Amino acid sequence: MALVDVKGVTKRFGGLTAVSDVDLTVNVGEVHCLIGPNGAGKSTLFKLIVGLYPPTKGNIFFDSIDITEERPFARVQRGMSIKMQAPSVFKELPVRQNIQIALQGRFSGAERDVEEERLLTLLDLASESSKLAGALSHGQQQWLEIGMALALQPQLLLLDEPTAGMSPEETFKTGELIKSFNAEGMTVLVVEHDMAFVRQIAQRVTVLHLGKIFARGSLETIIQDEKVAEIYLGKTHAH
Amino acid sequence: MFKLLDGPQTLGRGRTFWSCFLAVLAAALIYPVFADSYDVGNFSYFLIWVFMALGLCLIWGYGGMLSFGQTFFFGISGYAYGVLAINMGGGSTTIAALVLSVIIAMIAAGILGYFMIWGGISGIFFGIVTLSATLVLAFFLGQTAGPEWHIGTARLNGFNGMKGMDPLTVGDFYIEGSALYYVMVALIVIVYIALRMLVNSRIGNVIVATRENPQRAEMLGYDVRKYQLLTFIIGSGLAGLSGALYTSWGQFITPSSIGLPAAAMPIVWVAFSGRSDLTATLVGSFLLLFGFQTITVYSQQAALVLMGTLLLATVMLAPQGFVLGVGKLVVDRWTRRRRRDANSTLADAGRLQSDEA
Repeated sequence: MALVDVKGVTKRFGGLTAVSDVDLTVNVGEVHCLIGPNGAGKSTLFKLIVGLYPPTKGNIFFDSIDITEERPFARVQRGMSIKMQAPSVFKELPVRQNIQIALQGRFSGAERDVEEERLLTLLDLASESSKLAGALSHGQQQWLEIGMALALQPQLLLLDEPTAGMSPEETFKTGELIKSFNAEGMTVLVVEHDMAFVRQIAQRVTVLHLGKIFARGSLETIIQDEKVAEIYLGKTHAH
Repeated sequence: MFKLLDGPQTLGRGRTFWSCFLAVLAAALIYPVFADSYDVGNFSYFLIWVFMALGLCLIWGYGGMLSFGQTFFFGISGYAYGVLAINMGGGSTTIAALVLSVIIAMIAAGILGYFMIWGGISGIFFGIVTLSATLVLAFFLGQTAGPEWHIGTARLNGFNGMKGMDPLTVGDFYIEGSALYYVMVALIVIVYIALRMLVNSRIGNVIVATRENPQRAEMLGYDVRKYQLLTFIIGSGLAGLSGALYTSWGQFITPSSIGLPAAAMPIVWVAFSGRSDLTATLVGSFLLLFGFQTITVYSQQAALVLMGTLLLATVMLAPQGFVLGVGKLVVDRWTRRRRRDANSTLADAGRLQSDEA
């Protein structure tokens, strides 16, 4: 059953067509990775799904409801949760307050306090909770933002390059975290460059190239697809 | 409730702070007993402007929207009070006129804010649009000298300003002198406490989150536009409260209290004080108004130059604000000293134990 259904979406910026007539389905309960070389249109498609860009043409459905015209906050209220590419936290506020702001829409009172501690422990940020978020390392800020996205207990977690700037250990840990949430039933859509990370988490993969869908299928199918390797995976295989 | 008063968005928490607060309040309450009526009247005048400063602190410091429109709403409410008080016949109706004029300012803020915020105006453009609205109102009121410019029996009177309205009155009792001073003190305490609770509440959390990163706040499911509009309406309403109180205090209002020099003043008070904290703004604005008034007695030009100099010094030396900077320094030293005392007590306890062993 489709949780997200992107139908015939095109996005043009003046004369440049960043995304062209794309169809994409993300099924309930899967970890779906969106990959492709630089300039393929991955981030644009991501921003179209979260509502930061309006599409030039086409429609986007969430849980069978047309959300094409809805603003990002309304999509979040429907059950999406988003982590952007660059760390986007409240830098001048303490770490704990960042988590509280994310939690307060869904929890209150003692329940919120319990959830707050659980998330801070899960993210290894308990000892840093009184620091300003801007004082955290890049990787920790990425984690904090993932924690804020998880605090909403979404049906669909959208992650745009969640491991950018992380060490290999942090990247692996993030992958395991995503897998554990997926095991509990959360659907995840990830835009990612790092193929090792994609191999760690992906169940289904969609490859974008020059703004169009180039290939799609299970992780194994995509890895063995020679045309995909030609446009994107070749260098990664060499590692 | 106590959690809201002592929340993370306000500097000054705990027993020490509230003891100081009560001591200052007690001093303010007994001040008229010892001071002469001229000084009490002056203090009432300073306190009138504090509402406008607190409103700007909320809009700019907490909400992240630099508004040059405080005197726009001050003027709307001030003139509204005049028109209502004159047309409603004075007396006790002046209280209704005060309330209605603040509501009118808030409605105006709602309309202007809606078009700006829903239109996506932010950053420096927010300042430009609010300043434009302010200058247009001041210019418009300046050319209303002719007899055709009247609302009911209230004449606008152009640059000479509107006059002839009653001060705040209950029955036959004019709220003036010490009575006005006590009303001001009571209103400031109510507004200050209410704002502290607001900024430390869940709504306050979203307001500061929107200031820090509006896109992230929206990505957490908050319609940030509604929170920005609410902030703008409350802050502008406080400017309206200043305007209505000012008109009732002096029984006149002129366009010069709206124009560019007047519009710049709240920015200087709040920037100097520390825009991101209500207490710093309250204390700093009062001190600046007091200083400004004292110097104005000798030379108004010198007072204006001093204000400009203070703004420049703030930008160069203490972008967070001088009063807030000093406040943070005091809090840091106090906390460090308490920690050191606690550590030495622990060390003493340890030594005693080892001695006993």
